[in-house]
Amino acid sequence: MSSFWSIWIIVITLGSIFGCWWLLQSNSKGEAGPDGQAPTTGHVYDGIEEYDNPLPRWWFMLFIATIIFSLVYLILYPGLGNFKGVLGWSQEKSWQEEKQKADEKYGPIFTAYANTSIEELQSNKKALLSGQRIFANNCSVCHGSAATGSYGFPNLTDNDWLYGGSPENIKTTILYGRKGAMPAWGAILGEEGVNAVAEYVMSLSGRDVDQRLLEEGKTKYDTTCAACHGLDGKGNIALGAPNLSDTTWLYGGSPGLIKHSIRNGRNGNMPAHQAILGEDKVHLVAAYVYSLSKKNQD
Amino acid sequence: MNHDIVEKNLGIMFALIVVVITLGGLAEIVPLFFLKQTTEPIAGLKPLTALQLEGRDIYIREGCNTCHSQMIRPFRSETERYGHYSVAGESVYNHPFLWGSKRTGPDLARVGERYSDEWHRAHLFNPRDVVPESNMPKFPWLFENKLDGKLTGKKLATLKLLGVPYSDEAIANASEQVKGKSEIDALVAYLQQLGTVLRDKR
Repeated sequence: MSSFWSIWIIVITLGSIFGCWWLLQSNSKGEAGPDGQAPTTGHVYDGIEEYDNPLPRWWFMLFIATIIFSLVYLILYPGLGNFKGVLGWSQEKSWQEEKQKADEKYGPIFTAYANTSIEELQSNKKALLSGQRIFANNCSVCHGSAATGSYGFPNLTDNDWLYGGSPENIKTTILYGRKGAMPAWGAILGEEGVNAVAEYVMSLSGRDVDQRLLEEGKTKYDTTCAACHGLDGKGNIALGAPNLSDTTWLYGGSPGLIKHSIRNGRNGNMPAHQAILGEDKVHLVAAYVYSLSKKNQD
Repeated sequence: MNHDIVEKNLGIMFALIVVVITLGGLAEIVPLFFLKQTTEPIAGLKPLTALQLEGRDIYIREGCNTCHSQMIRPFRSETERYGHYSVAGESVYNHPFLWGSKRTGPDLARVGERYSDEWHRAHLFNPRDVVPESNMPKFPWLFENKLDGKLTGKKLATLKLLGVPYSDEAIANASEQVKGKSEIDALVAYLQQLGTVLRDKR
């Protein structure tokens, strides 16, 4: 703040406080007269007069107290322009102190967890419980509070992984995020091609399909889809290409929805959480996520 | 002092009341118009694009700001959940600002890029599809309504009058950029940029 505005604020603030003081003083009355009667105000209405009593003492003292309070406050805390107050308090500093205190208290706990491998953390109930809290606050919005996902957001409990289910893979996914990119094939394959490929894709998971379209579907699949999903349709965790030979469908497994995916493509987006949570917490929540599918495996 | 003069002359009393009330504003509000922290944008802050600006107007129209604040206070409980606390320099291009004071839903000051575009679309179509516990209303009409862009250029020009640095080119192209886009595209574009300039410092 420039010194002009600093002085501006100081003058108005102190001026107002002392103005109140002056107003109070200049209007205070003396004690009642020797006869015990206060003077009258001089107002007369229909013969009724009004005593001009002084303000009750407690009331008067309350005014004085507010003036003293404001002066003490302005000495201790920032308020008068550039004067920082003798306590040196500031919003930012108070936040930093609060954060530092919490870091000292909780930091060692997270560090200890971070130095333990995710496999080892599986037997640590407390760690998993903390991980579950972090999950509830940050991940459940998309993946659901039970981590079972929903349309377009993967189920994390079924041990079916787009980008791999090893502890390292899970941690990498959370730290850096993932961008799934299934291109739209509608324009390239044409509507007939989309139908044929969809039939072939459904046959990969052993469903009854239109046999007449299978051959065309396979030819088209091998040239357009196999590069990511593999010739056998088992997918590729390096690309996040889903396994098409199982019964898990992120975007629905009905013929209509499969065709929709082929025609228009799909773009999954898992946001990166390194900056949001920090490494240690990501490690902990990865341990929790790992435990979800492990539970179902056992 | 004889206060009869004040009490018997309404004009003088009126003038003195105005003086007393004005003193507070002079000390607390007027200096803010001249402070760097409140008038200068933080590094990297850009004016909203035409589409984001239309999204902001939809945000206001649907009353999002009555349940969602955009103001992270400097408390650990808030910065842990939402990210870096809000600073004045982030809001210099906002006319009017949407800080809000009531949080029925979570604060949105740094919701940008927290979730995917697809999530926002699913959530705005029907919040309970992705968050079963949610009590937020659904906004399915955003998916049907299209922007005509008739007023977009004027909106940018008005904001320019208020000090938002839009180029003449941006104003001229504004209508073209939003024409035919659906309202949901605009709203998601607006949400996805919220608070992304100051995101990593926690």
